[in-house]
Amino acid sequence: MSVLSNGAALQSANQARAIEPSLAEAGDYFALMKPRVMSLVVFTAFVGMMVAPGQVHPVLGFASLLCIAVGAGAAGVLNMWYDADIDGVMGRTRQRPIPAGRVQPGEALAFGVALSVGAVAVLGLVAGWFTAALLAFTIFFYAVIYTIWLKRWTAQNIVIGGAAGALPPVIGWAAVTHDIGLAPILLFLIIFFWTPPHFWALSLRRCEEYRRAGVPMLPVVAGAAETKRHILGHALLLAPAGVTPFVFGFAGLTYGIVAAVAGAMMVMLALRLKLATTDADAHAASKRLFSFSLLYLFTLFAVLLVDHWLAQWPVGAAG
Amino acid sequence: MSVNGDGDDGIVLTAEQKRRRRARSVAIALVLGALVLLFYAVTLVKVGSGALMRPM
Repeated sequence: MSVLSNGAALQSANQARAIEPSLAEAGDYFALMKPRVMSLVVFTAFVGMMVAPGQVHPVLGFASLLCIAVGAGAAGVLNMWYDADIDGVMGRTRQRPIPAGRVQPGEALAFGVALSVGAVAVLGLVAGWFTAALLAFTIFFYAVIYTIWLKRWTAQNIVIGGAAGALPPVIGWAAVTHDIGLAPILLFLIIFFWTPPHFWALSLRRCEEYRRAGVPMLPVVAGAAETKRHILGHALLLAPAGVTPFVFGFAGLTYGIVAAVAGAMMVMLALRLKLATTDADAHAASKRLFSFSLLYLFTLFAVLLVDHWLAQWPVGAAG
Repeated sequence: MSVNGDGDDGIVLTAEQKRRRRARSVAIALVLGALVLLFYAVTLVKVGSGALMRPM
């Protein structure tokens, strides 16, 4: 069954349900916000905020982070609203609130728009309108450029769309400094180059589902071998990008060593995936790469944060 | 519940629908309460010290 006919069936079912009182739990609205993605956004934005030069009042810092989290959640809601037809035909996403019929598409759209406007408005009042504009751009980029345009149009969807996921540390930095310097751009580049190998490692194992849903992910359009080549290429870009905060003097030697070792691991796992000869080996290798990529990003940002605190500590103690 | 007295009872919620509506209402109340506290704290931080240090 095509995505279009699935979409029509979903729309028809939702119209029939529209006159039914809602069965949504509060948790369904939370699930629409993609909490797992939100947690990564909050963490990277927090690190961006902490390593930025200058001070921010804890209350304003907390409020800013909350706005960034809600803004990311709003983008997730709008993504789920638009992609409900795709979600309905993929096993991984079939039980999401909209395809499962617990939340109506109109409710999700209103929820997403309200959260977007609220998050941007409050962030503007708390951290300034430059920071708020960055958040608004991030939501727009994810919901419109990636979800509505790129995702169903090009195999490079997650390469370009990854920019939305890479912006949170820049927003966190801007919440403190009210501008953008080289350091947040380096953090942006790390997440930007990290996103494709991370998602392609997943999509290699979900290729059939993406094909059935009509989403032109790279493995669907170009095949597994080409995808593995692209994964290795991006891992080779990611490894040096990960070390740049040390190279440019924004992070210490500890960070530099950890980033170099972790980057080498990413390249090694990507190479193993490329050299896998059997389906079983490729499946295991892509799973390992996907899991390690999560650890990679968390480790780099966590070490960057600790490294920054350690560098500041003696100054604080002396003062 | 009769709205116009002609026997049309409109939509009658089941026990499960009432439970879920109540859960949603509680969640909205909690979020609104948290927002009130947040805006209060942000207002104190943003204008509190400025208000205290205004020239007489």
